[in-house]
Amino acid sequence: MSAESMSSGYTPNARRTGIDTPNVGGSLLSVRDLSVTFGVRGQRKVRAVDAVSFEIRPGEHLGLVGESGSGKSVTALAIMGLLPRRAVTTDGEVVYNNENILRWSPQKASALRGRDIAMVFQDPMTSLNPVVPVGTQVGEIFQRHFRVNKAESRNRSGDLLAKVGIPDPKRRLKDYPHQLSGGMRQRMLIAMALACEPRLLIADEPTTALDVTIQAQILELLKELVADTGAALLMITHDLGVVAGLCDRVNVMYSGRIVESATRGALFAEPRHPYTGGLLESIPRLDSPRGAPLRPIPGSPTQVLPWAQGCAFAPRCRNVLDVCRESTPTLDDHGDRELRCHNPLSADEPAKAGSP
Amino acid sequence: MTTTLPASGNPQGFVAGPDEEKGLSLWKGAWHRLRRNPSAIAGALIVLAFVVIALAAPLLTQYEPGSAEWSGEVTPTTVPGPDGDHLLGLDRFGSDLYTQLLFGARQSLVYGVVSTAIGLTAGTLLGILAGGFGGWVDTVVMRLVDIMLSVPSLLLAVSIAAVLGQNAYAIMIAIGAAQVPIFARLLRGSMLSQSRSDYVLAANALGIRRPRIVFGHVLPNALGPTIVQATLNLATAIIEVAALSFLGLGESDPAIAEWGRMLVAAQDRFDAAPQLALLPGACIAITALGFTLFGEALREALDPRTRR
Amino acid sequence: MLRFVLRRLALIVPVLVGLSILLFAWVRALPGDPARSLLGQRATPEGIARINEAYGFDEPIITQYFLYVKALLTGDFGASINTGQPVLESFVEKFPATLELGFSALLLAVVVGLPMGYLAATHQGRFLDTFVVSGSLLGVVTPVFFLAILLKLVFADWLGWLPTSLRQDARMDATHITNFYLLDGLLTREWDAAFDALLHLILPAIALGTIPLAIIVRITRASVSEVLNEDYVRTAESKGLSRQTVSRRHVLRNALLPVTTTIGLQAGLLFSGAVLTETVFAFNGIGQYLFEAIGGRDYPVLQGYILFIALIYALINLTVDVGYGVIDPRVRVS
Repeated sequence: MSAESMSSGYTPNARRTGIDTPNVGGSLLSVRDLSVTFGVRGQRKVRAVDAVSFEIRPGEHLGLVGESGSGKSVTALAIMGLLPRRAVTTDGEVVYNNENILRWSPQKASALRGRDIAMVFQDPMTSLNPVVPVGTQVGEIFQRHFRVNKAESRNRSGDLLAKVGIPDPKRRLKDYPHQLSGGMRQRMLIAMALACEPRLLIADEPTTALDVTIQAQILELLKELVADTGAALLMITHDLGVVAGLCDRVNVMYSGRIVESATRGALFAEPRHPYTGGLLESIPRLDSPRGAPLRPIPGSPTQVLPWAQGCAFAPRCRNVLDVCRESTPTLDDHGDRELRCHNPLSADEPAKAGSP
Repeated sequence: MTTTLPASGNPQGFVAGPDEEKGLSLWKGAWHRLRRNPSAIAGALIVLAFVVIALAAPLLTQYEPGSAEWSGEVTPTTVPGPDGDHLLGLDRFGSDLYTQLLFGARQSLVYGVVSTAIGLTAGTLLGILAGGFGGWVDTVVMRLVDIMLSVPSLLLAVSIAAVLGQNAYAIMIAIGAAQVPIFARLLRGSMLSQSRSDYVLAANALGIRRPRIVFGHVLPNALGPTIVQATLNLATAIIEVAALSFLGLGESDPAIAEWGRMLVAAQDRFDAAPQLALLPGACIAITALGFTLFGEALREALDPRTRR
Repeated sequence: MLRFVLRRLALIVPVLVGLSILLFAWVRALPGDPARSLLGQRATPEGIARINEAYGFDEPIITQYFLYVKALLTGDFGASINTGQPVLESFVEKFPATLELGFSALLLAVVVGLPMGYLAATHQGRFLDTFVVSGSLLGVVTPVFFLAILLKLVFADWLGWLPTSLRQDARMDATHITNFYLLDGLLTREWDAAFDALLHLILPAIALGTIPLAIIVRITRASVSEVLNEDYVRTAESKGLSRQTVSRRHVLRNALLPVTTTIGLQAGLLFSGAVLTETVFAFNGIGQYLFEAIGGRDYPVLQGYILFIALIYALINLTVDVGYGVIDPRVRVS
């Protein structure tokens, strides 16, 4: 942590109640066989997340990529313990500090939230309480986790807003959300997430709802702040460009399961799963020849085969074989990556995207 | 640098709702939802029972309403209860209580339906005029609506009925008039909000003439909320009819079968015969409940937001 | 803000003027002899003559109208046909009773209704919720006068737990300053008089307040459940805030907004309900007086009281709207 960015002089490590030790094995957060099922008795149940496992090491930037409905957001909410309690069943483990936080009581879990693990959500327009001044919404985090008085929390809030690049921060504390632009609101939300300098920051599509011109600014801000505090980052997005600029490792999800997991370099240089390949191919390129047609992934996400019957991507896959509709592919270790595919793209496939 | 995945088919990404899958229209979809909604079914059954009883009243009893034939059996302290001849006993004036309740349903139905019909017709017309023509027509109509809404609706109905004298029309016209502003606002609002909607702009651009747009497109869209409102207003109307009778307005013949009036008469015999008050009161409440349940279920069924 | 209030006040005036014109014209617009139609079946030549004299129906319309306007402007709202008491005076005298009753009913509705609605929303699908939803549904459809009669007959006449009618025991020699009996008792430290007034308030307040209670429960429940699904509540939870903080600052502060807007409408229900309730309990307020005026075709009273009620109703709605502007910052800026 750079001393310059610590304006108020508080020492992060001293405050934490023993949650400084990574898990056995060195990971900061370990997701093991996480499954989330939605459904009320009588109605059809939907398995949004299906036996997902991955690890995040301290300070690592992990990307979780997939279309809407792939289960990436639900995974994040499950880690945070923010899924509704009724009509939702969560199985598996999320291990933090060698304990399965999924089984923690709500009180215990709330001490963790916002302080050790924090989240930035997608839509800044609806994610702030419209009738409470933003200063209070930031200050309440300090008051909750650090027991400071009002004056102290106001100071810290002001400093925090300055850190995220909000001009005239002391004055802004009294503003209401509707008086701020979308970009400002998202900065506010990022500030709130980073208030306690969490060990892990989860960002769920933080720039999707913003203007294109603001998106780059916000991503830069995130990158900077995360680097400053040494936090790990779980970046959830459908946007490969974001991943390419920000993440060390990438997990690609499809229909609730991870289908490819690799380092950034390996994934972009040589996508092996047909879905990943399709994603990269569908991006229009500046250097493609004139008049060359776009190459989207055929079909729609609703055309799925249940994983139990085979490969979920089979109805849309260009590399599909008969075995894909008969047997479920497992997530196998291929050396430089993990892959769930019966017939992956080989190294000399034409029409590959080059490395970014 | 930012690139996005192609929007493949369903942008929201999850499975299409049952309506989209089958391509159902608003009404068919609503019907399906209503069928599965227990409170809608309960409400509909109550309404149906009420209407059937009201219409078939003469067939369901052997006696004439308000006949007061057995007044001899009623004493200042007792009122005969149920026995062989009289299913529920007698009322205070010596008429058969069961018959009075049946015909009371008829009164409520007629008064309720007529007054709501008056309110609906007049209100809808005013609303269409205001929304359709705009300008000074709109201002005049809306001022009128404001004036009518400046007084609580029951009191408005009371003042109108008080002046109309002691006849059956007094109550119907009064309650109908009190409902006019509600419908007028509803239709005007619907017309105004739709006139800004894309499909109206498109129709205009295609050269379709105004009346055609209004009658062919705008009004059918306002039909759903209007029916919902009419159903809910019927519930209120039934209660208000009883209230006005309770206050002594409308027809003055005390023996006439009307639930509200029966409540007035029942007050001083409560000790001896609580059923004289409990039964008509319960009838009013249950009937209003039926219309309210159905109306609210209908509103929910037609709400496009719940169609997923 | 001030401009907003002034503009709204200015709007009230034409509405009231329009109302008074309507009230004036209504009686005279009917075909036939207005006196005869007012009296209906009870029309006698003496009765007609009396009415004609009282209302001035014999005069030409224009004259009538000018006389009417002149009277209004001088604060003369006429006198009761039946009691002779000036309309304005009787209103001022009896209004505190209705205000006391209405306020108690509303207080009951809010104090009981808000928590019930909130609990129902947070325990959706469970027994409490079903119970509350059914109960409030029943509360909405039960006519005020039916409930009033039931309460009176069961708790007052039958069981004798509470007084049957009036505002105070006639034998109690209580001093009345403000005409708010409960308040008077407290002010003069006549505790037994205050307590007695309170006892007399209970049943009518319950009868009158039940429908507003049911409405508040339903709206609160709907509003709270909607707010619970909002993104900002999820943000608040993601910050690790305590359940209490989330409920208080994030859920309730937003959920209660729609409830406050209906308070204005409740005032209307309370007025109409008061007429029915006061009649059943012989509670000497404007409601009961209005009831008697209806029966006696006492048109000056009807006309005057309707105007007064419209004015008060409009002022209440204005206060609610201004109050809403205070609590919702999004509205304030405009």
